[in-house]
Amino acid sequence: MSALLHVDNISKRFGGFVALDGIELEVQPGERLGLIGPNGSGKSTLVNCICGTLQNETGNVTFDGHKLDGLAAHQRTHRGLARSFQLPRPFHSMTLADNLRIPLLYTVRAREGMLHAHADLGARCHELLDMVGLAAKSRQMPRDLTQVEMRKLELARAMAAEPKLLIADEAMAGLSHSEIEDILALLVRLNERGITVILIEHIMSAVMSFSQRLAVLVSGRKVADGKPEEVVRDPEVVRAYLGQ
Amino acid sequence: MNAAKFALIAIVVGLLVLAFAHWLKIDYFFFAGYTILQFTVLATAWNILGGYCGYVNFGSAAFFALGAYASVFMHKVLPLPVPVLMLIGAVVSGIVGFGMGYLTLRLRGAFFAIATLALAVVLQTLVVNWDFVGGSRGAYIIRPETIDIGSLQVNYIEYLFVLMLGLAVLVLTTARTIERSQLGLGFATIRDDEMAAEASGVPTLRLKLIATTLSGAFMGMAGAPFPYYIGYLQPSSAFGLEYAVNSIAMPMIGGTTSWIGPLVGSLLLGTAQQYTTAYISLGTGVNVLIVGVILIVFVIIAPNGLVGLMQEWLRKRRKS
Amino acid sequence: MDISWDLLINAIAAGLLLGGFYAAVTAGVSISFGMLDIVNIAHPAFIILGSYIAYFFNINYGVDPIIVSLVALPAFYALGAVVYQVYYVSFEKRGQESLRGLAFFFGLLFVTEVALILVFGVDYRYVEASYIGPSIHLGLIELPLRMLVPCVVALAMFAGLQLFVTRTFLGRAIMAVSQDQLALQLMAADPIRIKRIAFGLSIATASIAGALLIIIQPIEPSVGRDYIGRVFAICVLGGLGSMPGALIAAFLLGIVESLTSTFYGPSWAPAVAFGFLLLTLAFRPAGLLGR
Repeated sequence: MSALLHVDNISKRFGGFVALDGIELEVQPGERLGLIGPNGSGKSTLVNCICGTLQNETGNVTFDGHKLDGLAAHQRTHRGLARSFQLPRPFHSMTLADNLRIPLLYTVRAREGMLHAHADLGARCHELLDMVGLAAKSRQMPRDLTQVEMRKLELARAMAAEPKLLIADEAMAGLSHSEIEDILALLVRLNERGITVILIEHIMSAVMSFSQRLAVLVSGRKVADGKPEEVVRDPEVVRAYLGQ
Repeated sequence: MNAAKFALIAIVVGLLVLAFAHWLKIDYFFFAGYTILQFTVLATAWNILGGYCGYVNFGSAAFFALGAYASVFMHKVLPLPVPVLMLIGAVVSGIVGFGMGYLTLRLRGAFFAIATLALAVVLQTLVVNWDFVGGSRGAYIIRPETIDIGSLQVNYIEYLFVLMLGLAVLVLTTARTIERSQLGLGFATIRDDEMAAEASGVPTLRLKLIATTLSGAFMGMAGAPFPYYIGYLQPSSAFGLEYAVNSIAMPMIGGTTSWIGPLVGSLLLGTAQQYTTAYISLGTGVNVLIVGVILIVFVIIAPNGLVGLMQEWLRKRRKS
Repeated sequence: MDISWDLLINAIAAGLLLGGFYAAVTAGVSISFGMLDIVNIAHPAFIILGSYIAYFFNINYGVDPIIVSLVALPAFYALGAVVYQVYYVSFEKRGQESLRGLAFFFGLLFVTEVALILVFGVDYRYVEASYIGPSIHLGLIELPLRMLVPCVVALAMFAGLQLFVTRTFLGRAIMAVSQDQLALQLMAADPIRIKRIAFGLSIATASIAGALLIIIQPIEPSVGRDYIGRVFAICVLGGLGSMPGALIAAFLLGIVESLTSTFYGPSWAPAVAFGFLLLTLAFRPAGLLGR
């Protein structure tokens, strides 16, 4: 079974600063991968390179059998790659429902070529908002949301693109215990439907319970990659977290 | 209300204006009206790229003047009816808009804005050095007194007024249709957060190119009849500062998020400028200085323009 | 084509002198755009303002233009600080820099130009000084003092700024704010104050650049617009945030413009800068020494 996502020797520098140094990573279809690492270790940079927001200097990314070199971010989204942003980036001049309408119109419809009726789109927006608990606020604007609600909107917008691979970048920061449970349950449900998920998080309990496999990034390098129970006992990982 | 209905209503309003003007029988009305409508077109065209997508074009004069000089060029090669010239102006300015967009839109919005500024200077340099279209000495185009349309003999300036009126209806209908369409939603995402737009699957470069080309084309169309209107075209008037500042000030003062803003801005400011020029004899300099100052003030205290203020006021009234 | 070596060498020499001057003109934008990420397209307007102030005191009181500009430095600095404060409160804080910030600076550019037209008219103005007229002769090369003196002053100012930015605490704070505002905040320095100082500095350079401009050439209010293309072309070609890069780019532009002017005519000069800008943006947007 070939990997859904293959990250092959990705490097990225910003001026003199090496953000990513030869990252190798594979994600199997249907897998739940956790990605952890101290702040500044390059997790978000890696996501940006995979999704095309940033251009990596070396190496390439292969998704679903196709090399993603040279493809713009929106083309990668069309192919089934979706991500939420660590710092929420909603479209602030439109309602929550319209925020979700964007990926539905520009990704799902573009991909499938089907013409959803106007009502269908509205219903789908509502369904997605309901999944993250924001259905009541569908007519409101992002500026009326709390930080936590904006993170949920981020996740809903990524889900709206009906991806094969969803990268959730610190979607749970600031959530209460029960809210974390809700989001985890949601991600597990998505995974059961066949969506591969990469979970980037600092909340260890969530990462441990969710991940089938765990990868650790420290200072732009991957230092561990394997079963979660084994990875957390790896001395280098322990050193990276406690030594910081 | 769909596009066709809106267009119909706009045409009816236009015809009413025309009937009123015809009944007035004052030539000056056609002259002034032409200028005001020209600004409506420029302001609305600017807003498609500036207000909807958030990309500022400082070189409206360049696209406008391109249309004007394309007409001068054609006049010396093969005289054509003005509506055809408008189409040619659209094509020429549209292509330049597309080309410039292709070169600069992949980078940040600031670079595009700077490039448009430089474009105006460079195009003016090219025109000044091109003797075929008159160079710095300018070009004369004799405006006929009347024109024969079918069996009617129409006052030429009235004819130009009607053309500009038609163009205004076209541009306003297009802007409104875009605003309410999927394309308009896509434009808004570019304005709100381009990175998030890309991540959501919006082909931002393609949409920006559409906006730049459309915007440029409409400005070129507005410029095409200008040599006939003014009779003597000089680079300094075609590339004049008032085009750059008004195309930005009118939408920003009127309100950039909808088609109504540029319309309101152009009608208000355009009429005010015509009035002060004719009756108070403020030179163009002071006129345009005042517009600049109003722009700065509005940009600071009323970022959503007059339409925004109106919406605020209505919202507050609804709450109480 | 039978190239006259005499003409060629003098064109290159003139280009170098011009380039030095362009470096002074660009220094301010190198700070405001390169380091602070503020697209101050009104910078040339401040330069022209400086030119007219130098003109006024030179014609009416016989003061040397460069002296005028030095005396006017604090006023320009204060003006820059005020403009930044307005910009910050109205736009940067609200995240509206792209559309409204640009429109704001455009408004400033425009209002300044028109105000100058109303006060001084559109006639060309020039200053008088002892070094305008004579030239130094080095063999084949003729170096007009009216270009040499501004070039020397410009390079001195440029060197001063570069030293300030790399050696003083305040200068390094400005570099830091351009790279990582958050880190600077964590170091308990106020990024807003630092940016205000930097922007004030950037406008202060316009005072000197303005005096140099009117020594090199007669001015009228719309001359500012010719410089917008040049200034940003140099910044982009040199690489944003790199002052040495801007210097190299300034010399390059000066030489190419001078050669174009000599062999094809001066009316093509404004197009050169735009050509540079487009080529750079199309092929190497990071510039020569960009970060």
